[in-house]
Amino acid sequence: MSRSIKKSKNNKFEKSVLLQWVGFFLVRLATYAVLFILIYFLYDIASKGYKSISWEFLTEAPRKGMTQGGILPAIVGTFLVTMITAIVAVPLGMAAAIYLNEYAGAGRLTRLIRLSIRNLAGVPSIVYGLFGVILFVNILKFGTSVLSAGLTLGLLTLPWTITASEEALKSVPDAYREGALALGATKWQMIRTNVLPYSIPGMLTGAVLGLARAAGETAPIMFTGAAFYLPYLPRSLKDQFMALPYHLYIMATQHHAIDKARAIAYGTALVLIVFIVIFNLGAIIIRARLRNKWRN
Amino acid sequence: MEQIISFSPQETKIQVQNLNLYYSKKQVLKNISMNIPERRVTAIIGPSGCGKSSFVRVLNRMNDLIPEARVEGRVLIDGENIYDPDVDVVALRKKVGMVFQKPNPFPKSIFENIAYGLRIGRHLKEEEIEFIVEKSLRQAALWEEVKDRLNQNAMSLSGGQQQRLCIARALAVEPEIILFDEPCSAIDPIATARIEELIHELKKDYTVLIVTHNMQQAARVSDFTAFLWLGELIEFDRTEKIFTNPVNKLTEDYITGRFG
Repeated sequence: MSRSIKKSKNNKFEKSVLLQWVGFFLVRLATYAVLFILIYFLYDIASKGYKSISWEFLTEAPRKGMTQGGILPAIVGTFLVTMITAIVAVPLGMAAAIYLNEYAGAGRLTRLIRLSIRNLAGVPSIVYGLFGVILFVNILKFGTSVLSAGLTLGLLTLPWTITASEEALKSVPDAYREGALALGATKWQMIRTNVLPYSIPGMLTGAVLGLARAAGETAPIMFTGAAFYLPYLPRSLKDQFMALPYHLYIMATQHHAIDKARAIAYGTALVLIVFIVIFNLGAIIIRARLRNKWRN
Repeated sequence: MEQIISFSPQETKIQVQNLNLYYSKKQVLKNISMNIPERRVTAIIGPSGCGKSSFVRVLNRMNDLIPEARVEGRVLIDGENIYDPDVDVVALRKKVGMVFQKPNPFPKSIFENIAYGLRIGRHLKEEEIEFIVEKSLRQAALWEEVKDRLNQNAMSLSGGQQQRLCIARALAVEPEIILFDEPCSAIDPIATARIEELIHELKKDYTVLIVTHNMQQAARVSDFTAFLWLGELIEFDRTEKIFTNPVNKLTEDYITGRFG
């Protein structure tokens, strides 16, 4: 007598089937919950912020005790600081990751370095801010400036770019490395021609996520260069600057004219989010292009 | 436990002398001495974990990649010890090519896969590279199948084609010795037959070593067979001798399928 493979009548109530249903329900619920929070959050900011957005808002400096005018200095400031952060964190992070993953042995020292980097990623950003004041503002005498703030954010981002770059290098199969070496490539030729091309998309993705996070940081730039109010744009890297997250913080919590400030705060938040979305989109496009280029 | 057959110095390409290989404290190869003849196919057989792959990876120093690996003894290729401190590993690996167990084409075009070893090494003109690419693909019996799509990604080829691509890639840098590390274990029987045919062709110009766990394959493609067991060389002789009239009891038990 052979066994039937048809579902039994009370299949639905069997323990394994029930458990599977509950399990799937819970993981699905978790995903939807996260999605709901994100959408609600974006909707709230967009719906309250879009009224403040105008050509004037994007292209003028604040006026009348920051109750009118625009946020151009903050947009430019955040852009400049993020550029400096990128210049510091991306090449250094990639280089450190190449060293750690390709050259450093599997010794105790390497493990210690790696562990320290992971831990640095968890240090509160205010600590980076205070460190930046000591090192860049005071010791190196860059003053409170775009440069000091950018370098501080660069340090903050470095653990993220190193870790992301290392993961990207790890995802390149060892068969590519062995294959290149077996054909008589030197180690550096192997890395340059047969490892880096396939890891750069992942490295860039990690770098951009780190930079996007840095662009939204307030604490590290508060003491290192961000100004409460400046009616002009920074003219050199030694100038102070306004930044979107700091401006948002001030408009949301430090301004006495609550009604007028609140609208500007929402507008600033929306601009900051759009800034970061554009940033991420840019990274996605670059990555897709690179992937296609190497695929064909 | 010794090499029964001997070759004249002119016939010998590789001399392995008292070779010991350790991974950390574990000894993987034990006092192996053998002479490998030029322009012949030598098969390395033995049960899993007997050190077959480790043995061929000694010959192009791929074991250097394993930090805890340590080699004792001498390996002479054309009379030069490849473990001498003044040996250029890059030059060695160009002389001793390797085809791996799993086909490992690079995610580049078919053309660029073959050209890889040429571009990293010498400064050749593009016409010279094109010439060598075609020649290598013809040698690997792949040209007719891919000549119209050289710019396609090599990953789009079938497993057997990928392995022939890897063979062509190894041939392009003009090695003298080619090591095959179980080259057919990841591909189907028809593709295997083509690669065996190819190996048969290659011995006209190259010294070939092939690691295999497939005894029929060893019998089909090789002139000489070495039987390794727990890191020791048990017997090395003409292939027909090993398969019909082995001297050692262990060899006989292995080839008749009593263990392994």
